[in-house]
Amino acid sequence: MSFRARHLLGIEHLAPDEITALLDLAETYVDLNRSADKHDNALQGLTQINMFFENSTRTQASFELAGKRLGADVMNMHMQASSVKKGETLIDTALTLNAMHPDLLVVRHPDSGAVNLLAQKVNCAVLNAGDGRHEHPTQALLDALTIRRAKGRLHRLTVAICGDIAHSRVARSNIWLLGKMENRVRLVGPPTLIPAGASEWGVEVYDDMQEGLKDADVVMMLRLQKERMDGAFIPSEREYFHRFGLDAQKLDAAKPDAIVMHPGPMNRGVEIDGTIADDINRSVIQDQVEMGVAVRMAAMKLLADNLRTSRAAKADIEATRV
Amino acid sequence: MSALLFKNARLIDPEAGTDRIGTLAVREGKIAGPSGMDGATIVDCGGKCLAPGIVDIGVKVSEPGERHKESFRSAGLAAAAGGVTTMVTRPDTTPAIDTPETLEFVRRRANEASPVRVLPMAALTRGRQGREMAEIGFLMDAGAVAFTDCDAVVTNTKVLTRCMTYATSLGALIIGHPQEPILSEVAAATSGKFASLKGLPAVSSMAERMGLDRDIAIVEMTGARYHADQITTARALRRLERARDAGLDITAGVSIHHLTLNELDVGDFRTFFKVKPPLRSEDDRLAVVEAVANGLIDVISSMHTPQDEESKRLPFAEAASGAVGLETLLPAAMRLVHNGHIDLPTLWRALSLSPSRRLGLDSGRLSAGAPADLVLFDPDAPFVMDRSKLHSKSKNTPFDEARMEGRILGTWVGGARVFEA
Repeated sequence: MSFRARHLLGIEHLAPDEITALLDLAETYVDLNRSADKHDNALQGLTQINMFFENSTRTQASFELAGKRLGADVMNMHMQASSVKKGETLIDTALTLNAMHPDLLVVRHPDSGAVNLLAQKVNCAVLNAGDGRHEHPTQALLDALTIRRAKGRLHRLTVAICGDIAHSRVARSNIWLLGKMENRVRLVGPPTLIPAGASEWGVEVYDDMQEGLKDADVVMMLRLQKERMDGAFIPSEREYFHRFGLDAQKLDAAKPDAIVMHPGPMNRGVEIDGTIADDINRSVIQDQVEMGVAVRMAAMKLLADNLRTSRAAKADIEATRV
Repeated sequence: MSALLFKNARLIDPEAGTDRIGTLAVREGKIAGPSGMDGATIVDCGGKCLAPGIVDIGVKVSEPGERHKESFRSAGLAAAAGGVTTMVTRPDTTPAIDTPETLEFVRRRANEASPVRVLPMAALTRGRQGREMAEIGFLMDAGAVAFTDCDAVVTNTKVLTRCMTYATSLGALIIGHPQEPILSEVAAATSGKFASLKGLPAVSSMAERMGLDRDIAIVEMTGARYHADQITTARALRRLERARDAGLDITAGVSIHHLTLNELDVGDFRTFFKVKPPLRSEDDRLAVVEAVANGLIDVISSMHTPQDEESKRLPFAEAASGAVGLETLLPAAMRLVHNGHIDLPTLWRALSLSPSRRLGLDSGRLSAGAPADLVLFDPDAPFVMDRSKLHSKSKNTPFDEARMEGRILGTWVGGARVFEA
């Protein structure tokens, strides 16, 4: 197995063969999850802590289920409600956690880089479940697995990522991953939602859906954070839907067999037309949720393997010292 | 005071623009010329560089308010160890230095505790709030050498215009922080490919030009004496040049960090590289280096800003800005020399002569009669920077573990030795 990373903080520092190794393992968990006995003991005896500094139902549930299916002891901590409000810093939190001896730490935080900071201070494997606008690696990996299963490959595809790129960690992780696997990536959205310097990322940037979707194999829609958009980044939701919402007419520009993806939760009628989202011939949105559990199982299994190896090596060194 | 004779010194004279081996005599705390007298203590410089001490505009000493970050004692020791003989201190303390009484406190503490000279700046507006003018006249009488609200940009253009108009009648120097305040709100990085990839809140480098444009317009309107604390972008440099050509009394500085580091150094969210304004692109860095070499930028400073570990060990956007720099200013600046961007006399013009002149001081020179504020250093001695060895109470340097060249061997203030390596 060629997966070498100690933490999964982002796609940026993963090599293509590590991505492939992880997806290959995830395939086996897809089968396991569909079988009658959905249990494996790969993480038996390990403690997994899900620490969410930002609200999440879906991602947290997915990580929790993934850990439980692999036999880990899983604990959820809702950090908004607890000590953060009492002024405890992230470092204090890390020290507290160390005392609990976790093996896998799943973290979501509203600030870019916060998970990297935490990873420097804890003695376990850290999985980034989304940090600010920086990265959301397991989302990109589950998207990759979904694409690979639907298209039969994960290279030489044209993928259009549409909508609010600027505030999206999902977009950034996907850009890294799809680029590393040698795909053609397009970003489509109003210029206010395209980050500065994006054209230097090795992607094509469009502000017109029809042009951006032309001959695309994959159309990836992003969630619009409605509460902070109106009047600030876009004039209104209805104008946005008219120009950038995915409907049948715009989707016609893509290849006839193009798949439609969305990381959820969706705003029907804002970034995506409800009938497209529900079209079983085009939409793979439900598959994405299923792949999410499998990919997170694979990520935790690989990180746990590396953690056990490094701990065993450390124990060997200690033994020779005595 | 006893006399000194520096022999066998490589004299760096920014006033004459020369770099040559010679001797330098010091008597009564002042430079006496090239020839010594009987009974002088001989200092054999061994061919190393002897230059005017650095005059550092914009040093933050965290007294009053945050003495655990830096005191006048610790900052003074750091300055002496860094070859800085005059610290021109910032008023962005808690409370701000905005009354003659608080300024008097600073002067008293500085005289008691610091081995190097301390010249305080005062706030331009009360509490650095940008609403009411500080007592500029009284503050000047009390010894304020310049007026600045530091990074709290005076947003209200009417207030700034009145401050500059009033200051003009007193000949006071106003130091601005050119930055469009609304655009740069919450920014932690310069917008572009890098900041966007890392998902950091960022501001366009254009915000600096917009801030400078506004300040230049007010200088043109009022005739004020104005110094921009940091010009860090190529586009702002073009505006500076035009204003200078138009004959306005405008000078500009830049921090050593913007001359030697760029935005990519932030890497994976390293908060010791978070400074204000944020680090720029490599193109901008090269443009400001060029501007220092050709004199468009007058002053290099450390922008010494002590921050404790607690305020730095936070997610990047929440972490405090600023880096300590008193002790690393000289070796970092030597990078520009070793890279062939600038020669030593030109560098010392920006480190010592120009800031002295801008503040109306007679230091920064090696001519007879100038104060004997001197630094002796080996420009080529290599070392690996170890932040735990810094004299500053705060250790937030971006140069930790960096390979550097340039060791300070000795520092003298008014002919008295304040540092010996």
